[in-house]
Amino acid sequence: MRVVVAFLSALVTAALAAGVIAQGAPASDAPDPAADARAFRDYFVKKFPKSKLEDFVNGPYSMNEDMRRQWQGKEEFPPYEFALEAGKEMFTKPFKNGKTYADCFENGGVGVRQNFPYFDARQGEVVTLELALNRCRSANGEEPLSYVKDDMASLTAYMAFTSRGKPFDIKMPDDPRARAAYENGKRYFYTRRGQLNFSCASCHVQSPGERLRAEILAPALGILNAMPIYRSEWAGMGTISRRFVTCNSQTRAIPEEPQSEDYRDLEYFLSYVSNGLPISGPGARP
Amino acid sequence: MRRMALVASLLVAAAMPARAASEADFKAAYAIAEAAEKEAGSLRNQWVTTEATLSAARKAAEKGDFDGAIASAKEAEALARASIFQATSEKERWKDAEIR
Repeated sequence: MRVVVAFLSALVTAALAAGVIAQGAPASDAPDPAADARAFRDYFVKKFPKSKLEDFVNGPYSMNEDMRRQWQGKEEFPPYEFALEAGKEMFTKPFKNGKTYADCFENGGVGVRQNFPYFDARQGEVVTLELALNRCRSANGEEPLSYVKDDMASLTAYMAFTSRGKPFDIKMPDDPRARAAYENGKRYFYTRRGQLNFSCASCHVQSPGERLRAEILAPALGILNAMPIYRSEWAGMGTISRRFVTCNSQTRAIPEEPQSEDYRDLEYFLSYVSNGLPISGPGARP
Repeated sequence: MRRMALVASLLVAAAMPARAASEADFKAAYAIAEAAEKEAGSLRNQWVTTEATLSAARKAAEKGDFDGAIASAKEAEALARASIFQATSEKERWKDAEIR
């Protein structure tokens, strides 16, 4: 009898211990940005085995040989060249108080694009390069620039150009607010919206390389590395803000305000999962 | 006799022209559509088409075309309700599309 009791007791103890272990183990859907980034990269590498990893930053050109040749031809006289010159001029021209953008950024703002966006623990929010530029202006008594117009595109084009080849280095601090911002960006990316019932992922995860009317859709991996971009369709430069707003409108959703919390979190998510891929902006797209 | 009276009243009713929609009818239909669109806004999921259809309803009403205005208002209400359904169902469903 004593043996049976001891056996049952051992069974109960083992069952309890298993329960504790099961409870203590992380749930399979617990947020894990590093695992997300690995899975994200693996998905695109498997989907496009002929594309080199670092080539994903070239969007549709990484998956269509004809377009790639056209693009290489265009790069000899790139359409974003005027924006680069204008951006450099704006970047170096002093504000009314004598300071410049260089005073607001590490390393004088040169070669820093790969570090944006970052999570600002003091403000408890994601800070993008576009937001940082306007905050720099406000701190120096200047009016903020439109997030969707040429001046902001030119400034970010110049800053991206000085960072070309540097791998995205987006940090995920050990801060639940940063994790929440990342998760919100991920939710936004996968959520269907608009009358056409499209999510960002509908085009850029499920259908990259496919045609949407005359366009070849870019893969989500590395999609922001080339920003800002000159788009022939726009006949001009476009910022990340402009791209997000336009994407939403194209699905017949009312877009959010440029640099809304959702858009900044989306940029945080998309940039984080492209960590390690080189900055290639400014880019040119059809 | 009673049956004859009933038939006669039905005939009279059928012979009368259908009542044109009034401004009050439009305002009631528009208020319902606008409330649904406001709810979609609280879910941050308004559609461009809903706004355009609400605008078409207002323009038709300004011209005195209340039948057209009511038709647009009802269409806008249906679009707004579809966007609410989308936002509500996507609260959890987006996870099905996630790369894991």
